[in-house]
Amino acid sequence: MSRIQSVFQRLQASGRRALIPFITAGDPDPELTVPLMHALVESGANIIELGVPFSDPMADGPTIQRASGRALAKGMSLRKVLDLVRTFRAEDGDTPVVLMGYANPIEAMGPDRFVAAASDAGVDGVLVVDYPPAECEAFAAVAKAAGIDPIFLLAPTSTEQRFDDVAKIGSGYIYYVSLKGVTGSGALDFNDVAARLPQIRARVGMPVGVGFGIRDAESARRIGEVADAVVIGSRIIEELENSPREQAVANVKAFLRNIRTALDQIEGAPR
Amino acid sequence: MQMADKPYKFPDSSGHFGPYGGVFVAETLIPALDELNAAYDACRNNPAFMAEFEYELKHYVGRPSPIYHARRWSDLLGGAQIYLKREDLNHTGAHKVNNCIGQALVARYMGKPRIIAETGAGQHGVASATVAARYGMECVVYMGSEDIRRQAANVYRMKLLGATVVPVESGSKTLKDALNEAMRDWVTNIHNTFYIIGTVAGPHPYPMMVRDFQAVIGNECLVQMPEMTGRQPDYVIACVGGGSNAMGIFHPYIDVPGVRLVGVEAAGEGMDTGRHAASLTAGTPGVLHGNRTYLLQDEDGQIIETHSISAGLDYPGVGPEHAWLKDSARAEYVGVTDQEALKAFHDLCHLEGIIPALESSHALAYAAKLAPNLPKDKILLVNLSGRGDKDMHTVAEKSGIQF
Ligand SMILES: Cc1ncc(COP(=O)(O)O)c(C=O)c1O
Repeated sequence: MSRIQSVFQRLQASGRRALIPFITAGDPDPELTVPLMHALVESGANIIELGVPFSDPMADGPTIQRASGRALAKGMSLRKVLDLVRTFRAEDGDTPVVLMGYANPIEAMGPDRFVAAASDAGVDGVLVVDYPPAECEAFAAVAKAAGIDPIFLLAPTSTEQRFDDVAKIGSGYIYYVSLKGVTGSGALDFNDVAARLPQIRARVGMPVGVGFGIRDAESARRIGEVADAVVIGSRIIEELENSPREQAVANVKAFLRNIRTALDQIEGAPR
Repeated sequence: MQMADKPYKFPDSSGHFGPYGGVFVAETLIPALDELNAAYDACRNNPAFMAEFEYELKHYVGRPSPIYHARRWSDLLGGAQIYLKREDLNHTGAHKVNNCIGQALVARYMGKPRIIAETGAGQHGVASATVAARYGMECVVYMGSEDIRRQAANVYRMKLLGATVVPVESGSKTLKDALNEAMRDWVTNIHNTFYIIGTVAGPHPYPMMVRDFQAVIGNECLVQMPEMTGRQPDYVIACVGGGSNAMGIFHPYIDVPGVRLVGVEAAGEGMDTGRHAASLTAGTPGVLHGNRTYLLQDEDGQIIETHSISAGLDYPGVGPEHAWLKDSARAEYVGVTDQEALKAFHDLCHLEGIIPALESSHALAYAAKLAPNLPKDKILLVNLSGRGDKDMHTVAEKSGIQF
């Protein structure tokens, strides 16, 4: 069983939700990333999504674009992201790390070399935004063989055929994009999410996390009532942006603890 | 030079040209692209749709565009004869409008009232704004703030036509960033919005669809050249930004034996300076903007900033079909510098009374290099993709002139 699968199994046994924060590796600077990852775990994170910065983040809104830009300006690269994961792993053997990014840095390294290096560094999952199932069957198979879960997105526009496509080659969990738009957008349609999640979960046979647009304890709780996991990205990056450097980690911890508390108040399994 | 004797038939059903092309986009866009694919398929197999497209090209754009024998220039160069396919004479002044009409008709068929577009030089933005006005659609154009500065006249034209021009401040503030921003808009407004991509790039079916709409250029040449010269040309030469004017004139010639296809990229300040936009000549394969193709990128797969005197060629990628034509050696790709393009620009002004777009001047410059080394009975057909009125400021600035 993969680290990701065992996290979900453990949480489901106790009726809890997974909290999945997203940060961009190297933002605001590379020295802060590993301490921040540990801080996320201390504040109740169950899985960490680590963004691999890319020059052209087409699916991201302004907040994650800025994070990506800051990280690249500090010399971040896919290789260095893997080094950061390795450093984190040396102290934390339990918390799954999922790399989230775009295809081109992986293509440049070579997909096979990337999978080998990621597995060696202690990466547990990969979510490549612009690798839909039809374009990455071989990559997903290589990743799985190396013990890395290939994680796929579903969206409000996805058809049932798409549910089956991602179920066939994905593993770990499914990431449901809660709105039409880019990361960090505003309007989250709780009714749509509540209507879609049971269908998706029944069809894909995997835990389903929801992200894009979750900004506070209230939205996290409402999503948590129907989802197995809640993903929060842009809001954490804003916290980092708006805090003085020496306070940044503490502020993120306080923010995330608040979310954790809200999620833990939910009773029973996702509806 | 010739490919296998079977007829050329690309892309395959999933949008691949050999290893290139495909659909590399986030999940939210996949159903929209499936829908577009089905709609385009229905349109192109519908005689009434195609008849309307042709009617619009004839009566609104002014097609067929003529071919002109640049006799004085050819004589001065002293070798092969240069013929110009006059896309500069189209309504709105470039080849871009052919594609915009086609896509606007598809948008209308799909019932989408809002169109968005990215633009570099502003020609595609102007063409999109034009067709939006013509068909009564809302139009939003994304344009890098650096390009807005370089192409002020076209920005004003778009506004006159009723479009909203949104400046893009991210990344290098040029064409690739405008494309990113248009994609973000599309993903947010899929329900009512049609994205008119301006070149043969993006996810399938765009490279194929844009090529099909632009192929009117080459199809006309296939008829016009024998009428004028008794035969097909020895070379077909076109500039390559994203590659739509080149694909439009190349595609009908792919299966014609003995015709060499030459794409001319922007070598900017020189290939060895690193300040250029020659993705096919100096790039490596990768994935950007929905397809796999040649890209200008660093070792880590980050896209690098490009440079060209012409905003329309200032793009770090290239349409995937060109990547395939390069690898299969059916077409060849070369670079022309800013200086060489400027010289061809001035020569055409002085010798033929035609002010070419700076983009097209790259193709002209390569023809001027090639012609003197070829016998006088050889024929070069150059795609004069647009007129140069939009480039007055850039050229004047280079010559130290102020308006
Ligand atoms: C006149 C003209 N030619 C060529 C281009 C380059 O585009 P493409 O390579 O798609 O033809 C442009 C783009 O703006 C243009 O305006």
